Amino acid sequence: MKVVVHVQLREGVLDPQGKAIAGALNTLGFAGVVDARQSKVIALDLEDMDESTARARVDEMCRKLLANTVIETYSVSIEPAG
Amino acid sequence: MVWHADHDLPDVDIVLLPGGFSYGDYLRSGAIAARAPVMHDVIAHAKRGGYVVGICNGFQVLTEAQLLPGALLRNANLHFVCRSVHLQIANPDTGFTCAYGSGAVPQIPVAHHDGNYFADAKTLDRMEGEGQVVFRYCDNPNGSARDIAGIINEKGNVLGMMPHPERAVDPATGGTDGRAFFESLMRGVR
Amino acid sequence: MKTADKAGLEHARAHGLSDDEYNLIVSRLGREPNITELGIFSVMWSEHCSYKSSRRHLRKLPVSGAVVICGPGENAGIVDIGDGQACIFKMESHNHPSFIEPYQGAATGVGGIMRDVFTMGARPVALLNALRFGAPEHPKTRSLISGVVAGIGGYGNCVGVPTIGGEVNFDPGFNGNILVNAMCAGIVETDRIFYSAAKGAGNAVLYVGAKTGRDGIHGATMASTEFDSQTEAKRPTVQVGDPFTEKRLIEACMELMATECIVAIQDMGAAGLTSSSVEMADKGGVGITLDLDKVPQRETGMTPYEMMLSESQERMLVVLKPGSEDEAQAIFHKWELDVAIIGQTTSGGRLVLHHGGKTVCDIPIAPLADDVPNYDRPYQKTPARSVLRPEDVPEHNVAEALLRLMGSPDMASKRWVWEQYDRHVMADTMHESATACDAGVIRVSGTDKALAFSTDCTPRYVYADPVEGGKQVVAESWRNLTASGAMPLALTDCLNFGNPERPEIMGQFVGAIEGMAAACRALDYPVVSGNVSLYNETEGVAIPPTPAIGGVGLIADASKVAGFAGAQAGDSLLLVGDNTGWLGASLYLRECCNRDDGAPPPVDLAAERRNGDFVRRQIAAQAVRAVHDVSDGGLACALADMALASDVGMQVRACNELPLHAWYFGEDQSRYVLAVDPQNVDAMMHHAAKASVPVCIIGLVSDDKVLDFSEHKVALDTLRAAYENWLPGMMEKQ
Repeated sequence: MKVVVHVQLREGVLDPQGKAIAGALNTLGFAGVVDARQSKVIALDLEDMDESTARARVDEMCRKLLANTVIETYSVSIEPAG
Repeated sequence: MVWHADHDLPDVDIVLLPGGFSYGDYLRSGAIAARAPVMHDVIAHAKRGGYVVGICNGFQVLTEAQLLPGALLRNANLHFVCRSVHLQIANPDTGFTCAYGSGAVPQIPVAHHDGNYFADAKTLDRMEGEGQVVFRYCDNPNGSARDIAGIINEKGNVLGMMPHPERAVDPATGGTDGRAFFESLMRGVR
Repeated sequence: MKTADKAGLEHARAHGLSDDEYNLIVSRLGREPNITELGIFSVMWSEHCSYKSSRRHLRKLPVSGAVVICGPGENAGIVDIGDGQACIFKMESHNHPSFIEPYQGAATGVGGIMRDVFTMGARPVALLNALRFGAPEHPKTRSLISGVVAGIGGYGNCVGVPTIGGEVNFDPGFNGNILVNAMCAGIVETDRIFYSAAKGAGNAVLYVGAKTGRDGIHGATMASTEFDSQTEAKRPTVQVGDPFTEKRLIEACMELMATECIVAIQDMGAAGLTSSSVEMADKGGVGITLDLDKVPQRETGMTPYEMMLSESQERMLVVLKPGSEDEAQAIFHKWELDVAIIGQTTSGGRLVLHHGGKTVCDIPIAPLADDVPNYDRPYQKTPARSVLRPEDVPEHNVAEALLRLMGSPDMASKRWVWEQYDRHVMADTMHESATACDAGVIRVSGTDKALAFSTDCTPRYVYADPVEGGKQVVAESWRNLTASGAMPLALTDCLNFGNPERPEIMGQFVGAIEGMAAACRALDYPVVSGNVSLYNETEGVAIPPTPAIGGVGLIADASKVAGFAGAQAGDSLLLVGDNTGWLGASLYLRECCNRDDGAPPPVDLAAERRNGDFVRRQIAAQAVRAVHDVSDGGLACALADMALASDVGMQVRACNELPLHAWYFGEDQSRYVLAVDPQNVDAMMHHAAKASVPVCIIGLVSDDKVLDFSEHKVALDTLRAAYENWLPGMMEKQ
C-alpha cells in the first residue's frame, strides 16, 4: 500500500529555502508571492495491512526518524487501495 | 574508533562525534547517525555523566539524538560556508573551555551547510540563564539564533559545536587556537 | 567484403558514427552489428573515449621522466615523491553535463575524477578545479556558477576531500559552453599501485558500488557532439551523484587493496560497463564474458543496450585472483555496497554478453579498443598577430587602471566561490584559496614533505597564438608551483577545444600541443595524464581554446613553503625577470581599452627555467619573506595581491624608461616579485648576477597601507573593496 508522509518546518521556524523561492518568484515577475514554505514528501510502499495499523506504524516512523519534531511537523495520508 | 553498527562502546572517558557527512546527511543532517545502533551506548554514556563531544556533524547528531536542545537548520544564505571565524567564549567555566584564558577570542574554522542553530525563544532564554551557551560567533556566518556556535546540556557533560577546534591544533595547518579546547577536556578527565 | 545496409547506416548516424566508421565496423565483423553491439561501438569510437582526432598529436607531448612511474593510458598518472610514496593525479572535463545540469554535472565530475585516482590505489587528498563561464552579464551565467559551485562543494565536501585551489574565468566565448575541469590527487605507497590490465583468463569479474540505472546513457556520445538549441531536450541523460556511496566505495576499495585479491581494477566512467570491461580485457590481452542478468539494477526491464551504456555513478569493476571471491565480496557487504560476480575473463579475445538466456553481443575486442579510427584532420595554422608597442596602447592613470583591473571579473576575489568548498578537511592543508600562495599545498601525512598543486590556463593567449599560448600555460603552471617553493614534477592536462572537423579549430589544437610540448621538454615537466574535450561549440561558435593544466610539485621540507602574505614594512621589493612592457593580449588591453588585439607575450623557456630555479633556491634558503608570480594584470596586480594579503602598503618606482602603463601592466612572462629583508638583498643580487637572472629593486614595503606606484596612490581599503565586492555584487544582485 502507498503511504505519503509530508514533513514541513514548524510555523515560526525560519525556512531560508522557502524564502529564496519566494524571492526568486517575485524576481521573475510573479508579483504577490507573500511567502513560500518548502517541505518534504516521502512516499512509502508498505506491505498491505489494515489502515489503522498502517497509520500507527507510520506515525511511529515519523516520530522516530522521518521528522525532527523539534523543528518539523508531519502529516500522513494513506492512498486508498486499488 | 567504533563502527556504527556496533552495540558496545569500549570503556572510555570521552566520546567524540566528529564532523563529516554521516550517511550523506540524507533526510536531515545527522538524523540517520543519531539512530545508529552504537548511539544507544553513547546516550547511556551521557546519562551516566560521561563526556560527549559533537563537532559539526557530531553536533547535528547530538541534537537529533536529543542529547542537546534545539536543531541545526540550513545556513541562512543557503551556501556551505568554510571560513575561519572568531569565537567569543560565553561560558569559560566548563569542562570544554576552562583552559582558555579570560578574554580569549580563539580563531577556529567552520565548514558546514547546516549550522544555523535554532531553538524557540523560551529554550534560548533558559539556556542562556543556565550558562549552556558556551561559544558565540563574533561575526555570525550562518544565521544562528543569538550567534550561538556551541552549547552544553544542563548537566554540562555533553557539548556540541559547529566550529572545528581539531583543525586548529598545528601552526602549519590552521593555527593553534583549538588546542585549549582539548586541554580543557584533558583537565576535566584527569 | 560485407557492406552496410541503409537502415544500419541510419542507426549508426543516430549514434554519432560516420558512414565510413559504420562501414568499417561491418567489414570488421563481417555482418551488421545488433543494437547492443552498435551502442558499444558508438561509445568506444566516440571522440571522448577514442581520442580519434587528437591521438596522433598527443603523441608529441613528452610523457616520461625520472620521476614518472606511470604516464598517460591508465586511469591517472603517477609520479614518485620519494620515501616509497607516489602521487596519483588527473584532471578531467565535465563540460557538457555541467552546462545542462550544473549541480549534478559538476558533482559527478568531481566524483568521477576521484574514482580515477583511488582506482589505482591512492587515497584522494586534494581536489582542484578550473572553471570557465560566459560573460558575467549573460542571463545564464549566474545560475550556472551557483549550480556548478554548489555541485563541486556538495560532492567534495561530503566525501571529505579538501578542495584547495582552482581558477574561475569569464569570457563571452563560454556563453554557450562552460568549462568544468576537475582535478584530483592522491597519495599511495609505490608497492600498492593497481592497474587496469586484466591479465589471465578464467578470473572472476566483480561489479561493485551502486546499482545500474538508465542515467547518463550516451554521455560519452553527448560529449562528442556540438550543442544546438535541441540540447536542452537531452536533459534526462545527465547522471546523479551520490557522494555517500562514493565515500563508502573509497573505504571499501582501500580495504580490498590491502588484501591480495586484485588482478585489475577500473572505475566505470564515461561509457560505464562498456569501456571498463573492454579496456581491462584489451590491456590484459584477454576476452571477457558478462552475464548481464547478474548486474545489480536499479530499474526494472533494462535492456542489454541500456546496461552497457549506462553511466550510473559510483561503480567499479574488479578482476579477482582465483579463490578470493568470498574475501572480496565480504568487504563490500560490510560497507553496504552492491556487489556481484557478473562474469569472467576468457582466452577468446572477445566481448561476449549474455542476457535472458541469449547471447546478445559477441564481438572481437581488438577493433573496439585498438583499431579505432585515428584521424589526421586537416588543420590551418592560426594567423600571427602583430606585436603591439607600448605607444600603440592608450595610457590610463595607473591608480584607476589598477582599481579597474583588480575589480574585473578575472582578477577579482573568488571568495564567494571557494568559501563554499571545505578546504581543510583531512587536516593536512597548508595552503588553499584563502591563504595567499600561488599553489594549493598539502602536507604529506607522517613525513616532512608537502605537495603543491595548481591549475592554470590563459585562453586569450592561446586564442591569439596557440603555440606561444601553449608554452605559456605550461610555464605558468611550473611558475606557480615554483613560487610556493615546490619542485615541479609533472602535469595533467585537460584540452578543451571546439569542433576538430573545422581546420581553424584543429589548427588551434595542433599549435597548442606544439607549444606545450616545447615547454614540457624545456622545463622537464612531463604530461602523465589528461583528457581531451572537443566539440565545445554552440551553433558554430567555438570556445576560446583552453588547454588547462594541473601541475604537481614536491616541497621536500614542508617548513619552507612560501606564499605572498608575509611581506613586512621595510622589506625591499624585487622584480625577477625582464620587463619589456608587453601589452599585447593583456588584461589591461581588455579591461581598460576594450581591445583584445596584439600578439601575446612570448615565453623564453631558458629564461623561465633560470629565473624559476633561482627563485626556488632563494625560497629554500629562506631568503624571501613573500613571493608571487607575475601573470594576469602584470606587475601592478601582482604587487596588489601581495599588499592585500600582507596588509601592507608599498612604494614602487619603475627601473627602466618604459611608459608607466607598460611598466605596471605589461604581461611579460617568467617573472616573480619578492619581498626581501633588506639585509638579504645584496647577497641575493649577487647570486642573481652569477646565475644570469635579471633582478631589479623596484621599491619597498611601507606601513601606511597605501600603494604608491610612481606617485599614483591607491588606499589599501579602496583596493580591497574593489577586489572583494565584485563577485558577491554580481551573484547577489536582485
